[in-house]
Amino acid sequence: MQGLYAVFKKELQDHLSSYRFVILFALIAMVSFITSYMAAVHMRENLEGLASTRFPFLMLFSTPGAMFSMVQFVAFFGPLIGLILGFDAINRERTQGTLIKVISQPIYRDAVINGKFLAGVTTIAVMLVAIVLVISGFGLAFVGVVPGVEEIWRLFIYLIISIFYISFWLGLAILFSILFKSIATSSLASVALWIFLSFFISLGAEVVANTVAPIDRKNEVQPEVVLKHERIKEMVSLSSPMILYSNATATIIDPMRKTTRSLILMGPMEELLSARFQSPLPLGQSIVIVFPHIIALIAITLICFAISYVVFMLQEVRT
Amino acid sequence: METETIIETTNLTKRYGHQTAVNGLNLKVKEGEIFGFLGPNGAGKTTTLLMLLGLSRPSKGHATVCGLNPLRMAREVKRHVGYLPENVGFYEDMDAVQSLEYVADLNGLKKVEAREKIDELLGLVGLKDQAGKKTAAFSRGMKQRLGVAEVLIKDPEVLFLDEPTLGLDPEGAIQLINLIQSLNEEKEITVLLSSHNLHQVQKMSHRVGIMIDGSLIAEGSIDSLAEEKFGVGEKEYSLEEIYMKYFQEA
Repeated sequence: MQGLYAVFKKELQDHLSSYRFVILFALIAMVSFITSYMAAVHMRENLEGLASTRFPFLMLFSTPGAMFSMVQFVAFFGPLIGLILGFDAINRERTQGTLIKVISQPIYRDAVINGKFLAGVTTIAVMLVAIVLVISGFGLAFVGVVPGVEEIWRLFIYLIISIFYISFWLGLAILFSILFKSIATSSLASVALWIFLSFFISLGAEVVANTVAPIDRKNEVQPEVVLKHERIKEMVSLSSPMILYSNATATIIDPMRKTTRSLILMGPMEELLSARFQSPLPLGQSIVIVFPHIIALIAITLICFAISYVVFMLQEVRT
Repeated sequence: METETIIETTNLTKRYGHQTAVNGLNLKVKEGEIFGFLGPNGAGKTTTLLMLLGLSRPSKGHATVCGLNPLRMAREVKRHVGYLPENVGFYEDMDAVQSLEYVADLNGLKKVEAREKIDELLGLVGLKDQAGKKTAAFSRGMKQRLGVAEVLIKDPEVLFLDEPTLGLDPEGAIQLINLIQSLNEEKEITVLLSSHNLHQVQKMSHRVGIMIDGSLIAEGSIDSLAEEKFGVGEKEYSLEEIYMKYFQEA
Protein backbone atom coordinates (compact mmCIF):
# COMPACT_ATOMS: atom_id res chain seq x y z
CA MET A 1 0.00 0.00 0.00
CA GLN A 2 2.88 2.31 0.78
CA GLY A 3 4.00 2.28 -2.85
CA LEU A 4 0.49 2.75 -4.18
CA TYR A 5 -0.10 5.78 -1.98
CA ALA A 6 3.26 7.33 -2.88
CA VAL A 7 2.62 6.95 -6.62
CA PHE A 8 -0.98 8.16 -6.25
CA LYS A 9 0.10 11.26 -4.34
CA LYS A 10 2.82 12.14 -6.81
CA GLU A 11 0.63 11.59 -9.86
CA LEU A 12 -2.23 13.61 -8.41
CA GLN A 13 0.14 16.44 -7.63
CA ASP A 14 1.46 16.29 -11.18
CA HIS A 15 -2.04 16.34 -12.68
CA LEU A 16 -3.37 19.19 -10.59
CA SER A 17 -0.35 21.40 -11.11
CA SER A 18 0.13 20.71 -14.83
CA TYR A 19 -0.68 23.25 -17.53
CA ARG A 20 -2.53 20.49 -19.28
CA PHE A 21 -5.05 20.28 -16.47
CA VAL A 22 -5.44 24.03 -16.09
CA ILE A 23 -6.08 24.56 -19.81
CA LEU A 24 -8.47 21.62 -20.01
CA PHE A 25 -10.35 22.74 -16.95
CA ALA A 26 -10.62 26.32 -18.15
CA LEU A 27 -11.91 25.15 -21.52
CA ILE A 28 -14.51 22.81 -20.10
CA ALA A 29 -15.62 25.24 -17.41
CA MET A 30 -16.08 27.91 -20.06
CA VAL A 31 -18.08 25.70 -22.41
CA SER A 32 -20.31 24.33 -19.69
CA PHE A 33 -20.87 27.81 -18.37
CA ILE A 34 -21.98 28.99 -21.79
CA THR A 35 -24.23 26.00 -22.43
CA SER A 36 -25.94 26.29 -19.09
CA TYR A 37 -26.35 30.01 -19.62
CA MET A 38 -28.06 29.29 -22.91
CA ALA A 39 -30.15 26.64 -21.20
CA ALA A 40 -31.15 29.12 -18.54
CA VAL A 41 -32.16 31.73 -21.08
CA HIS A 42 -34.26 29.19 -22.96
CA MET A 43 -35.69 27.88 -19.75
CA ARG A 44 -37.06 31.27 -18.85
CA GLU A 45 -38.88 31.37 -22.17
CA ASN A 46 -40.06 27.79 -21.84
CA LEU A 47 -41.28 28.15 -18.31
CA GLU A 48 -43.31 31.29 -18.98
CA GLY A 49 -47.00 30.54 -18.87
CA LEU A 50 -46.56 27.09 -17.37
CA ALA A 51 -48.11 26.41 -14.02
CA SER A 52 -45.22 24.30 -12.76
CA THR A 53 -42.58 21.89 -13.89
CA ARG A 54 -41.34 19.39 -11.47
CA PHE A 55 -37.69 19.38 -12.40
CA PRO A 56 -36.60 22.82 -13.53
CA PHE A 57 -33.18 22.36 -12.00
CA LEU A 58 -32.19 19.40 -14.16
CA MET A 59 -33.14 21.40 -17.23
CA LEU A 60 -29.99 23.44 -16.67
CA PHE A 61 -28.05 20.34 -17.65
CA SER A 62 -30.31 18.71 -20.18
CA THR A 63 -31.82 21.55 -22.22
CA PRO A 64 -29.95 22.18 -25.43
CA GLY A 65 -29.45 25.89 -25.65
CA ALA A 66 -28.06 27.19 -28.91
CA MET A 67 -26.13 24.07 -29.84
CA PHE A 68 -25.98 21.32 -27.25
CA SER A 69 -26.71 20.69 -23.62
CA MET A 70 -24.17 20.27 -20.89
CA VAL A 71 -24.88 16.51 -20.82
CA GLN A 72 -24.30 16.20 -24.56
CA PHE A 73 -21.13 18.19 -24.26
CA VAL A 74 -19.71 15.79 -21.68
CA ALA A 75 -20.71 12.84 -23.86
CA PHE A 76 -18.89 14.30 -26.86
CA PHE A 77 -15.82 15.87 -25.34
CA GLY A 78 -15.54 14.27 -21.90
CA PRO A 79 -13.42 11.46 -23.39
CA LEU A 80 -10.77 14.04 -24.26
CA ILE A 81 -10.21 14.62 -20.54
CA GLY A 82 -9.48 10.95 -20.02
CA LEU A 83 -7.27 10.72 -23.09
CA ILE A 84 -5.25 13.81 -22.22
CA LEU A 85 -4.69 12.65 -18.65
CA GLY A 86 -3.54 9.19 -19.68
CA PHE A 87 -1.95 9.05 -23.13
CA ASP A 88 1.65 9.34 -21.90
CA ALA A 89 1.26 7.77 -18.46
CA ILE A 90 3.70 4.91 -18.90
CA ASN A 91 5.71 5.60 -22.04
CA ARG A 92 6.85 9.03 -20.84
CA GLU A 93 8.35 7.40 -17.75
CA ARG A 94 9.92 4.82 -20.00
CA THR A 95 11.62 7.35 -22.27
CA GLN A 96 12.62 9.43 -19.26
CA GLY A 97 14.21 6.38 -17.65
CA THR A 98 12.23 6.81 -14.45
CA LEU A 99 10.08 3.70 -14.75
CA ILE A 100 12.91 1.29 -13.99
CA LYS A 101 13.94 3.45 -11.07
CA VAL A 102 10.46 3.44 -9.58
CA ILE A 103 9.89 -0.29 -9.94
CA SER A 104 13.31 -1.12 -8.52
CA GLN A 105 12.12 0.41 -5.26
CA PRO A 106 10.53 -1.96 -2.75
CA ILE A 107 7.00 -1.73 -4.13
CA TYR A 108 4.83 -4.12 -6.06
CA ARG A 109 4.86 -3.36 -9.72
CA ASP A 110 1.09 -2.90 -9.90
CA ALA A 111 1.36 0.03 -7.49
CA VAL A 112 2.59 2.10 -10.45
CA ILE A 113 -0.35 1.45 -12.73
CA ASN A 114 -2.96 1.42 -9.96
CA GLY A 115 -1.62 4.67 -8.57
CA LYS A 116 -1.67 6.31 -11.97
CA PHE A 117 -5.19 5.14 -12.76
CA LEU A 118 -6.56 6.17 -9.38
CA ALA A 119 -4.90 9.59 -9.59
CA GLY A 120 -6.46 10.07 -13.03
CA VAL A 121 -9.90 9.03 -11.81
CA THR A 122 -9.59 11.39 -8.86
CA THR A 123 -8.65 14.25 -11.17
CA ILE A 124 -11.64 13.47 -13.39
CA ALA A 125 -13.93 13.37 -10.37
CA VAL A 126 -12.62 16.68 -9.08
CA MET A 127 -13.17 18.27 -12.48
CA LEU A 128 -16.71 16.99 -12.98
CA VAL A 129 -17.91 17.68 -9.46
CA ALA A 130 -16.52 21.20 -9.65
CA ILE A 131 -18.28 21.86 -12.94
CA VAL A 132 -21.61 20.50 -11.77
CA LEU A 133 -21.37 22.57 -8.60
CA VAL A 134 -20.51 25.70 -10.55
CA ILE A 135 -23.47 25.23 -12.86
CA SER A 136 -25.75 24.52 -9.91
CA GLY A 137 -24.62 27.65 -8.15
CA PHE A 138 -25.08 29.57 -11.33
CA GLY A 139 -28.60 28.18 -11.66
CA LEU A 140 -29.45 29.21 -8.15
CA ALA A 141 -28.17 32.72 -8.66
CA PHE A 142 -29.29 33.39 -12.21
CA VAL A 143 -32.55 31.51 -12.61
CA GLY A 144 -33.46 31.11 -8.99
CA VAL A 145 -34.29 27.42 -9.14
CA VAL A 146 -33.67 25.33 -6.06
CA PRO A 147 -32.89 21.63 -6.52
CA GLY A 148 -35.11 19.10 -4.79
CA VAL A 149 -33.82 16.00 -3.06
CA GLU A 150 -34.58 13.79 -6.03
CA GLU A 151 -32.82 16.14 -8.39
CA ILE A 152 -29.72 16.06 -6.23
CA TRP A 153 -29.80 12.25 -6.29
CA ARG A 154 -30.19 12.24 -10.04
CA LEU A 155 -27.24 14.59 -10.43
CA PHE A 156 -25.20 12.40 -8.10
CA ILE A 157 -25.90 9.28 -10.17
CA TYR A 158 -25.20 11.23 -13.31
CA LEU A 159 -21.80 12.20 -11.88
CA ILE A 160 -20.94 8.61 -11.01
CA ILE A 161 -21.82 7.39 -14.51
CA SER A 162 -19.84 10.24 -16.08
CA ILE A 163 -16.78 9.47 -13.96
CA PHE A 164 -16.89 5.85 -15.12
CA TYR A 165 -17.39 6.95 -18.72
CA ILE A 166 -14.37 9.24 -18.73
CA SER A 167 -12.35 6.70 -16.73
CA PHE A 168 -12.94 4.23 -19.55
CA TRP A 169 -11.11 6.58 -21.88
CA LEU A 170 -8.41 7.12 -19.28
CA GLY A 171 -7.94 3.35 -19.07
CA LEU A 172 -7.78 3.12 -22.84
CA ALA A 173 -5.20 5.90 -23.05
CA ILE A 174 -3.08 4.20 -20.37
CA LEU A 175 -3.33 0.92 -22.27
CA PHE A 176 -2.00 2.62 -25.40
CA SER A 177 0.77 4.28 -23.42
CA ILE A 178 1.83 0.79 -22.33
CA LEU A 179 1.54 -0.78 -25.77
CA PHE A 180 3.27 1.96 -27.75
CA LYS A 181 6.76 3.09 -26.89
CA SER A 182 6.40 6.46 -28.57
CA ILE A 183 4.25 9.19 -27.05
CA ALA A 184 3.20 10.51 -30.46
CA THR A 185 1.92 7.08 -31.49
CA SER A 186 0.00 6.47 -28.31
CA SER A 187 -1.69 9.88 -28.40
CA LEU A 188 -2.63 9.50 -32.07
CA ALA A 189 -3.92 5.98 -31.55
CA SER A 190 -6.13 6.95 -28.65
CA VAL A 191 -7.55 9.99 -30.45
CA ALA A 192 -8.18 7.89 -33.55
CA LEU A 193 -10.05 5.27 -31.57
CA TRP A 194 -12.06 7.98 -29.84
CA ILE A 195 -13.14 9.50 -33.15
CA PHE A 196 -13.95 6.09 -34.57
CA LEU A 197 -15.98 4.86 -31.62
CA SER A 198 -17.76 8.13 -31.03
CA PHE A 199 -18.55 9.41 -34.51
CA PHE A 200 -18.11 6.67 -37.07
CA ILE A 201 -19.93 3.88 -35.31
CA SER A 202 -23.28 5.55 -35.88
CA LEU A 203 -22.52 5.78 -39.59
CA GLY A 204 -21.36 2.18 -39.53
CA ALA A 205 -24.53 1.15 -37.76
CA GLU A 206 -26.60 2.58 -40.60
CA VAL A 207 -24.48 0.76 -43.18
CA VAL A 208 -24.73 -2.56 -41.35
CA ALA A 209 -28.48 -2.17 -40.90
CA ASN A 210 -28.92 -1.33 -44.60
CA THR A 211 -26.97 -4.40 -45.61
CA VAL A 212 -28.63 -6.88 -43.30
CA ALA A 213 -32.18 -5.54 -43.46
CA PRO A 214 -32.49 -3.13 -46.37
CA ILE A 215 -35.66 -1.06 -46.46
CA ASP A 216 -37.10 -1.18 -49.94
CA ARG A 217 -38.67 2.23 -50.37
CA LYS A 218 -40.07 1.57 -53.84
CA ASN A 219 -42.45 -1.11 -52.73
CA GLU A 220 -44.62 -1.19 -49.69
CA VAL A 221 -42.52 -1.06 -46.56
CA GLN A 222 -42.83 -4.10 -44.35
CA PRO A 223 -43.08 -3.20 -40.66
CA GLU A 224 -41.03 -6.26 -39.66
CA VAL A 225 -38.20 -5.14 -41.91
CA VAL A 226 -38.22 -1.66 -40.43
CA LEU A 227 -38.20 -3.14 -36.98
CA LYS A 228 -35.27 -5.42 -37.78
CA HIS A 229 -33.45 -2.53 -39.41
CA GLU A 230 -33.82 -0.39 -36.31
CA ARG A 231 -32.87 -3.20 -33.94
CA ILE A 232 -29.64 -3.89 -35.80
CA LYS A 233 -28.84 -0.22 -35.92
CA GLU A 234 -29.33 0.10 -32.18
CA MET A 235 -27.29 -3.00 -31.46
CA VAL A 236 -24.31 -1.84 -33.51
CA SER A 237 -24.36 1.69 -32.19
CA LEU A 238 -24.38 0.40 -28.62
CA SER A 239 -20.81 -0.74 -29.18
CA SER A 240 -19.90 2.94 -29.01
CA PRO A 241 -19.23 3.99 -25.42
CA MET A 242 -20.63 7.42 -26.26
CA ILE A 243 -24.01 6.02 -27.28
CA LEU A 244 -23.95 3.74 -24.26
CA TYR A 245 -23.26 6.71 -22.02
CA SER A 246 -25.87 8.92 -23.69
CA ASN A 247 -28.48 6.22 -23.20
CA ALA A 248 -27.42 5.56 -19.62
CA THR A 249 -27.70 9.19 -18.62
CA ALA A 250 -30.78 9.99 -20.71
CA THR A 251 -33.45 8.81 -18.30
CA ILE A 252 -31.40 9.75 -15.24
CA ILE A 253 -31.08 13.40 -16.09
CA ASP A 254 -34.49 13.70 -17.78
CA PRO A 255 -37.27 12.16 -15.67
CA MET A 256 -39.79 12.70 -18.46
CA ARG A 257 -38.04 10.17 -20.65
CA LYS A 258 -39.25 6.68 -20.16
CA THR A 259 -37.17 4.70 -22.59
CA THR A 260 -33.87 4.89 -24.37
CA ARG A 261 -35.39 3.38 -27.48
CA SER A 262 -36.33 5.29 -30.55
CA LEU A 263 -40.00 5.81 -31.37
CA ILE A 264 -40.05 3.19 -34.11
CA LEU A 265 -39.03 0.41 -31.76
CA MET A 266 -41.79 1.14 -29.27
CA GLY A 267 -44.88 -0.95 -29.27
CA PRO A 268 -48.14 0.88 -30.04
CA MET A 269 -49.25 0.84 -26.41
CA GLU A 270 -45.88 2.11 -25.28
CA GLU A 271 -46.10 4.91 -27.77
CA LEU A 272 -49.57 5.78 -26.62
CA LEU A 273 -48.47 5.78 -23.02
CA SER A 274 -45.56 8.11 -23.55
CA ALA A 275 -47.76 10.48 -25.51
CA ARG A 276 -50.70 10.49 -23.13
CA PHE A 277 -49.16 10.45 -19.71
CA GLN A 278 -46.73 13.28 -19.33
CA SER A 279 -45.78 12.58 -15.76
CA PRO A 280 -42.18 12.04 -14.70
CA LEU A 281 -40.80 8.64 -13.68
CA PRO A 282 -39.71 8.07 -10.12
CA LEU A 283 -35.94 7.81 -9.67
CA GLY A 284 -35.98 4.06 -9.05
CA GLN A 285 -37.78 3.41 -12.32
CA SER A 286 -35.45 5.72 -14.23
CA ILE A 287 -32.53 3.68 -12.97
CA VAL A 288 -34.18 0.36 -13.79
CA ILE A 289 -34.61 1.40 -17.42
CA VAL A 290 -30.96 2.18 -17.98
CA PHE A 291 -29.53 -0.36 -15.55
CA PRO A 292 -28.08 -2.59 -18.30
CA HIS A 293 -26.42 0.43 -19.86
CA ILE A 294 -24.86 1.48 -16.57
CA ILE A 295 -23.57 -2.01 -15.87
CA ALA A 296 -22.17 -2.29 -19.39
CA LEU A 297 -20.39 1.03 -19.02
CA ILE A 298 -18.83 0.03 -15.70
CA ALA A 299 -17.88 -3.33 -17.18
CA ILE A 300 -16.03 -1.92 -20.20
CA THR A 301 -14.18 0.50 -17.92
CA LEU A 302 -13.02 -2.31 -15.65
CA ILE A 303 -12.17 -4.61 -18.56
CA CYS A 304 -10.11 -1.88 -20.19
CA PHE A 305 -8.18 -1.29 -17.00
CA ALA A 306 -7.75 -5.01 -16.40
CA ILE A 307 -6.17 -5.42 -19.85
CA SER A 308 -3.73 -2.55 -19.17
CA TYR A 309 -2.93 -4.11 -15.82
CA VAL A 310 -2.12 -7.52 -17.24
CA VAL A 311 -0.09 -6.15 -20.15
CA PHE A 312 1.90 -3.92 -17.82
CA MET A 313 2.60 -6.72 -15.34
CA LEU A 314 3.87 -9.04 -18.06
CA GLN A 315 5.95 -6.48 -19.88
CA GLU A 316 9.72 -6.42 -19.63
CA VAL A 317 10.98 -3.14 -18.25
CA ARG A 318 14.58 -2.29 -19.03
CA THR A 319 14.67 1.49 -18.96
CA MET B 1 38.82 -13.75 6.43
CA GLU B 2 35.66 -15.81 6.46
CA THR B 3 32.92 -14.22 4.41
CA GLU B 4 29.39 -15.18 3.52
CA THR B 5 28.09 -15.46 -0.01
CA ILE B 6 25.48 -12.75 -0.52
CA ILE B 7 24.58 -13.30 -4.17
CA GLU B 8 24.52 -16.72 -5.74
CA THR B 9 23.12 -17.88 -9.06
CA THR B 10 22.90 -21.44 -10.25
CA ASN B 11 22.49 -22.15 -13.93
CA LEU B 12 20.66 -18.84 -14.40
CA THR B 13 19.38 -18.58 -17.97
CA LYS B 14 17.34 -16.01 -19.85
CA ARG B 15 16.06 -16.50 -23.37
CA TYR B 16 14.25 -14.03 -25.57
CA GLY B 17 12.70 -16.11 -28.31
CA HIS B 18 15.60 -17.91 -29.93
CA GLN B 19 18.21 -15.61 -28.48
CA THR B 20 19.91 -16.54 -25.26
CA ALA B 21 20.85 -13.43 -23.31
CA VAL B 22 22.20 -15.21 -20.26
CA ASN B 23 23.35 -18.79 -20.55
CA GLY B 24 23.66 -20.96 -17.45
CA LEU B 25 25.28 -18.37 -15.26
CA ASN B 26 26.91 -19.53 -12.02
CA LEU B 27 28.00 -16.51 -10.07
CA LYS B 28 29.03 -16.00 -6.46
CA VAL B 29 29.49 -12.62 -4.85
CA LYS B 30 30.77 -12.47 -1.29
CA GLU B 31 29.55 -10.14 1.36
CA GLY B 32 31.45 -6.87 1.64
CA GLU B 33 33.38 -7.06 -1.62
CA ILE B 34 33.38 -4.95 -4.75
CA PHE B 35 32.74 -7.29 -7.64
CA GLY B 36 33.61 -6.01 -11.12
CA PHE B 37 31.27 -7.38 -13.74
CA LEU B 38 32.96 -7.15 -17.14
CA GLY B 39 31.97 -7.95 -20.68
CA PRO B 40 31.23 -6.41 -24.05
CA ASN B 41 27.94 -4.68 -24.83
CA GLY B 42 25.08 -7.12 -25.07
CA ALA B 43 26.86 -9.79 -23.05
CA GLY B 44 23.88 -10.03 -20.71
CA LYS B 45 25.15 -8.06 -17.74
CA THR B 46 22.10 -5.84 -17.39
CA THR B 47 19.77 -8.79 -17.93
CA THR B 48 21.53 -10.60 -15.09
CA LEU B 49 21.12 -7.60 -12.80
CA LEU B 50 17.41 -7.38 -13.66
CA MET B 51 16.93 -11.06 -12.86
CA LEU B 52 18.74 -10.63 -9.55
CA LEU B 53 16.32 -7.81 -8.72
CA GLY B 54 13.26 -9.85 -9.62
CA LEU B 55 12.36 -7.44 -12.43
CA SER B 56 12.89 -10.08 -15.07
CA ARG B 57 11.85 -13.71 -14.92
CA PRO B 58 14.63 -16.24 -15.58
CA SER B 59 13.87 -18.90 -18.18
CA LYS B 60 15.81 -21.45 -16.16
CA GLY B 61 17.89 -21.72 -13.03
CA HIS B 62 17.56 -19.60 -9.94
CA ALA B 63 19.21 -16.93 -7.91
CA THR B 64 19.59 -16.04 -4.26
CA VAL B 65 20.15 -12.48 -3.13
CA CYS B 66 20.60 -11.77 0.59
CA GLY B 67 19.22 -15.23 1.24
CA LEU B 68 16.03 -14.48 -0.70
CA ASN B 69 14.67 -15.72 -4.00
CA PRO B 70 14.09 -12.61 -6.14
CA LEU B 71 11.41 -14.37 -8.15
CA ARG B 72 9.20 -14.96 -5.12
CA MET B 73 10.23 -12.16 -2.80
CA ALA B 74 10.97 -9.37 -5.25
CA ARG B 75 9.81 -6.69 -2.85
CA GLU B 76 11.97 -7.97 0.00
CA VAL B 77 15.00 -8.20 -2.26
CA LYS B 78 14.45 -4.65 -3.45
CA ARG B 79 14.41 -3.53 0.18
CA HIS B 80 18.01 -4.69 0.55
CA VAL B 81 19.35 -3.94 -2.92
CA GLY B 82 19.85 -0.53 -4.47
CA TYR B 83 19.97 -0.48 -8.27
CA LEU B 84 21.44 2.38 -10.28
CA PRO B 85 20.48 1.76 -13.93
CA GLU B 86 22.77 2.69 -16.78
CA ASN B 87 20.89 5.79 -17.86
CA VAL B 88 19.11 6.77 -14.71
CA GLY B 89 16.25 9.20 -15.38
CA PHE B 90 14.68 11.90 -13.28
CA TYR B 91 11.41 13.79 -13.32
CA GLU B 92 12.50 16.99 -14.96
CA ASP B 93 10.14 19.31 -13.13
CA MET B 94 11.39 18.14 -9.74
CA ASP B 95 14.42 19.47 -7.93
CA ALA B 96 16.98 17.24 -6.21
CA VAL B 97 15.18 17.29 -2.87
CA GLN B 98 11.76 16.50 -4.36
CA SER B 99 13.28 13.71 -6.38
CA LEU B 100 14.81 12.18 -3.24
CA GLU B 101 11.59 12.73 -1.31
CA TYR B 102 9.64 10.70 -3.85
CA VAL B 103 12.10 7.83 -3.62
CA ALA B 104 11.95 8.04 0.19
CA ASP B 105 8.17 7.93 -0.07
CA LEU B 106 8.31 4.84 -2.26
CA ASN B 107 10.54 3.24 0.36
CA GLY B 108 8.01 4.05 3.06
CA LEU B 109 10.23 6.39 5.06
CA LYS B 110 8.59 8.73 7.54
CA LYS B 111 8.69 12.40 6.67
CA VAL B 112 11.04 13.53 9.45
CA GLU B 113 13.27 10.52 8.96
CA ALA B 114 13.38 11.17 5.22
CA ARG B 115 14.28 14.81 5.64
CA GLU B 116 17.29 14.01 7.81
CA LYS B 117 18.40 11.24 5.49
CA ILE B 118 18.10 13.45 2.40
CA ASP B 119 20.12 16.18 4.05
CA GLU B 120 22.84 13.72 4.97
CA LEU B 121 22.94 12.12 1.50
CA LEU B 122 23.04 15.43 -0.35
CA GLY B 123 26.11 16.26 1.73
CA LEU B 124 27.64 12.86 1.03
CA VAL B 125 27.35 13.11 -2.76
CA GLY B 126 28.25 16.81 -2.76
CA LEU B 127 24.97 18.21 -4.08
CA LYS B 128 24.06 20.36 -1.11
CA ASP B 129 24.43 23.61 -3.08
CA GLN B 130 22.27 22.31 -5.92
CA ALA B 131 19.51 20.94 -3.71
CA GLY B 132 16.88 23.35 -5.02
CA LYS B 133 17.83 23.10 -8.68
CA LYS B 134 15.56 21.31 -11.17
CA THR B 135 17.02 18.01 -12.33
CA ALA B 136 16.51 19.07 -15.96
CA ALA B 137 19.39 21.50 -15.49
CA PHE B 138 21.69 18.87 -13.99
CA SER B 139 24.90 17.84 -15.73
CA ARG B 140 25.62 14.18 -16.36
CA GLY B 141 27.92 13.99 -13.34
CA MET B 142 25.39 15.62 -11.05
CA LYS B 143 22.67 13.27 -12.26
CA GLN B 144 24.85 10.29 -11.57
CA ARG B 145 25.58 11.52 -8.06
CA LEU B 146 21.90 12.20 -7.44
CA GLY B 147 21.21 8.68 -8.66
CA VAL B 148 23.66 7.31 -6.09
CA ALA B 149 21.96 9.36 -3.38
CA GLU B 150 18.61 7.89 -4.44
CA VAL B 151 19.76 4.30 -4.13
CA LEU B 152 21.32 5.02 -0.74
CA ILE B 153 18.05 6.24 0.77
CA LYS B 154 16.96 2.71 1.64
CA ASP B 155 20.25 1.91 3.44
CA PRO B 156 21.03 -0.94 1.07
CA GLU B 157 23.20 -3.95 1.88
CA VAL B 158 24.00 -4.45 -1.77
CA LEU B 159 24.45 -1.96 -4.60
CA PHE B 160 24.04 -2.82 -8.29
CA LEU B 161 25.77 -0.15 -10.33
CA ASP B 162 25.34 -0.39 -14.09
CA GLU B 163 28.05 1.64 -15.84
CA PRO B 164 28.18 4.31 -13.12
CA THR B 165 31.09 6.22 -14.62
CA LEU B 166 29.96 6.14 -18.24
CA GLY B 167 30.14 9.59 -19.83
CA LEU B 168 31.63 11.28 -16.80
CA ASP B 169 34.62 13.58 -17.01
CA PRO B 170 37.80 12.20 -15.34
CA GLU B 171 37.33 14.29 -12.23
CA GLY B 172 33.70 13.27 -11.84
CA ALA B 173 34.59 9.63 -12.41
CA ILE B 174 37.30 9.71 -9.74
CA GLN B 175 34.94 11.38 -7.27
CA LEU B 176 32.33 8.72 -7.91
CA ILE B 177 34.85 5.90 -7.55
CA ASN B 178 36.07 7.33 -4.27
CA LEU B 179 32.47 7.58 -3.10
CA ILE B 180 31.77 3.96 -3.99
CA GLN B 181 34.95 2.81 -2.28
CA SER B 182 34.17 4.73 0.88
CA LEU B 183 30.64 3.30 0.94
CA ASN B 184 32.12 -0.15 0.63
CA GLU B 185 34.65 0.39 3.38
CA GLU B 186 32.68 2.44 5.86
CA LYS B 187 29.16 1.13 5.46
CA GLU B 188 30.24 -2.34 4.38
CA ILE B 189 28.00 -2.31 1.34
CA THR B 190 28.58 -5.07 -1.18
CA VAL B 191 28.93 -3.59 -4.66
CA LEU B 192 28.24 -5.35 -7.93
CA LEU B 193 29.67 -3.08 -10.56
CA SER B 194 29.31 -3.44 -14.29
CA SER B 195 31.68 -1.37 -16.34
CA HIS B 196 33.72 -1.11 -19.52
CA ASN B 197 36.38 1.01 -17.94
CA LEU B 198 38.95 -1.62 -17.02
CA HIS B 199 41.34 0.76 -15.25
CA GLN B 200 38.64 1.85 -12.89
CA VAL B 201 37.49 -1.70 -12.28
CA GLN B 202 41.04 -2.80 -11.59
CA LYS B 203 41.49 0.06 -9.15
CA MET B 204 38.47 -0.70 -7.04
CA SER B 205 37.39 -4.32 -7.46
CA HIS B 206 38.33 -7.13 -5.12
CA ARG B 207 37.21 -9.72 -7.63
CA VAL B 208 36.01 -9.63 -11.20
CA GLY B 209 33.89 -11.77 -13.48
CA ILE B 210 34.13 -11.73 -17.27
CA MET B 211 30.96 -12.40 -19.20
CA ILE B 212 30.87 -13.01 -22.95
CA ASP B 213 27.78 -13.98 -24.94
CA GLY B 214 25.74 -14.77 -21.88
CA SER B 215 28.29 -17.01 -20.19
CA LEU B 216 30.67 -16.28 -17.38
CA ILE B 217 34.06 -17.36 -18.70
CA ALA B 218 36.22 -16.28 -15.77
CA GLU B 219 35.75 -15.35 -12.16
CA GLY B 220 38.21 -14.50 -9.43
CA SER B 221 40.67 -11.93 -8.17
CA ILE B 222 42.73 -10.14 -10.78
CA ASP B 223 45.90 -11.88 -9.66
CA SER B 224 44.39 -15.31 -9.89
CA LEU B 225 43.07 -14.61 -13.38
CA ALA B 226 46.51 -13.42 -14.46
CA GLU B 227 48.02 -16.56 -13.05
CA GLU B 228 45.55 -18.70 -14.91
CA LYS B 229 46.25 -17.09 -18.26
CA PHE B 230 49.92 -16.14 -18.08
CA GLY B 231 51.32 -18.40 -15.39
CA VAL B 232 53.16 -17.31 -12.28
CA GLY B 233 55.78 -14.73 -13.00
CA GLU B 234 57.45 -11.54 -11.97
CA LYS B 235 55.45 -9.38 -14.33
CA GLU B 236 52.23 -7.77 -13.14
CA TYR B 237 49.56 -7.90 -15.77
CA SER B 238 46.94 -5.22 -16.10
CA LEU B 239 43.29 -6.16 -16.20
CA GLU B 240 43.21 -4.91 -19.78
CA GLU B 241 45.75 -7.50 -20.91
CA ILE B 242 43.97 -10.26 -19.05
CA TYR B 243 40.59 -9.24 -20.43
CA MET B 244 41.83 -9.13 -24.02
CA LYS B 245 43.43 -12.53 -23.64
CA TYR B 246 40.16 -14.02 -22.43
CA PHE B 247 38.23 -12.17 -25.09
CA GLN B 248 40.40 -13.43 -27.94
CA GLU B 249 40.18 -16.98 -26.74
CA ALA B 250 36.43 -16.92 -26.31
